[in-house]
Amino acid sequence: MSGIFNSSVGRKFAMALSALFLMIFLVIHVSINFSSVISPELFNEMSHFMGTNPLVQGLMQPVLIFGVVFHFVMGFVLEAKNRASRKVSYAKNSASNNSSWVSRNMLLSGVVILAFLGLHFYDFWVHEMTVKYVEGDMSGLIDPNNADSGYRYYDELREKFVSHVRVIIYVVSFVLLSLHLLHGFNSSFQSVGANNKYIDSLKRVSKVYSIGVPALFIFIALYHHFTH
Amino acid sequence: MNLTLKIWRQKNADDKGKMVDYPISNISEDMSFLEMLDVLNQELIDKGEEPVAFDHDCREGICGSCSLYINGRAHGPDTLITACQLHMRSFKDGDTIYIEPWRATAFPVIKDLIVDRTSFDRIQQAGGFISVNTSGNTQDANAIPIEKQNADMAFDAATCIGCGACVAACKNSSAMLFVSAKVSQFALLPQGRVEATDRVLNMVKQMDDEGFGNCTNTGACEVECPKGISLENIARMNREYLAASFKG
Repeated sequence: MSGIFNSSVGRKFAMALSALFLMIFLVIHVSINFSSVISPELFNEMSHFMGTNPLVQGLMQPVLIFGVVFHFVMGFVLEAKNRASRKVSYAKNSASNNSSWVSRNMLLSGVVILAFLGLHFYDFWVHEMTVKYVEGDMSGLIDPNNADSGYRYYDELREKFVSHVRVIIYVVSFVLLSLHLLHGFNSSFQSVGANNKYIDSLKRVSKVYSIGVPALFIFIALYHHFTH
Repeated sequence: MNLTLKIWRQKNADDKGKMVDYPISNISEDMSFLEMLDVLNQELIDKGEEPVAFDHDCREGICGSCSLYINGRAHGPDTLITACQLHMRSFKDGDTIYIEPWRATAFPVIKDLIVDRTSFDRIQQAGGFISVNTSGNTQDANAIPIEKQNADMAFDAATCIGCGACVAACKNSSAMLFVSAKVSQFALLPQGRVEATDRVLNMVKQMDDEGFGNCTNTGACEVECPKGISLENIARMNREYLAASFKG
């Protein structure tokens, strides 16, 4: 047991577990975001709950940040080890004949997603942390001194998607996320040893998830951009 | 057929090595790829030059010796064959053909196209066997009923010839398809279950110690394997390894 995470199989297992955790988080995230399309009030209520609930803020948020950091750090560790396993490259390598582009370029799609996360954290997370924990305003109101001013979350979300450049960055990033998931979803199940009679059904679910979830994120960004 | 061969030449393990061009003429499309290399080598010998060193033995796809990376693919452009089963009809007149050794830190080049694959031997020695006293009191293996499905999967895994194409094709030089085939052929049979825990732990440890990379499930190994060893074996090895690790 002690040496499991020092082994190649164990490292892939840990990578897969963090990926599965992040994929569950993405479903929660896109569900809350999509509520902004259905009802501003519902989005505000859900955002306020997520932003002020002690369990979410004190436990789930740190676990999520750890999961994100762990997934990226482990990705770079695996890449470094893999590069060391072949120090001389082939003069001619026809890799496209035996594997998909997305499966060979998980690092590239991962780095783009990492860069996007930097922007995303700057846009939303840093702002939230500043308002709540630096300025001490936990009310979630547009005007903290006026209880009738309403929650600020929906307006802030809309404001972020006014910029053409930001929306383009979001769309490109979610296309890369889709490509990352198209390989990563199946791969995570293979890494935990789940290649069995259900694998074909799993591949179908994988495609629906990998295209559907990023497509919803893109739709939400475009919806707010064009209806602002 | 008239061809241009671009072949990796390396005098010994310490030499830096380089690609060298060799034009070759009057090659019959009915020749095997290795026969074409035989023709080239005869020409080089006639000219007083050093022939190209390459591994070969059975020349019928059984031994796994021929380890050539041809035009960017392990064992060349066709599937489910070894390099010795590749024929020149797979190429066109005027083609340029790249011929390189397997590339992996765990498969160091010995000379030209020959690599040292004893890392595979050491992985096998770490657990790729069952401990049976064969002094005459051994029970007939057929006396133990085995489900047909498991027997078939164990047989398929056992068809791995240990050529190393999986490592060569993998962008990470991972040996997981090879090791998982060896783990699976025993894990699926009652005779292999007795030592299953130690086997998978020891073989994976040896694989890691040899410097092979991590599997990222690209599936290149399965496509290039001359025996069609399935990725299911890697999933099975992962299950075996995780269960063995948590057990103790």
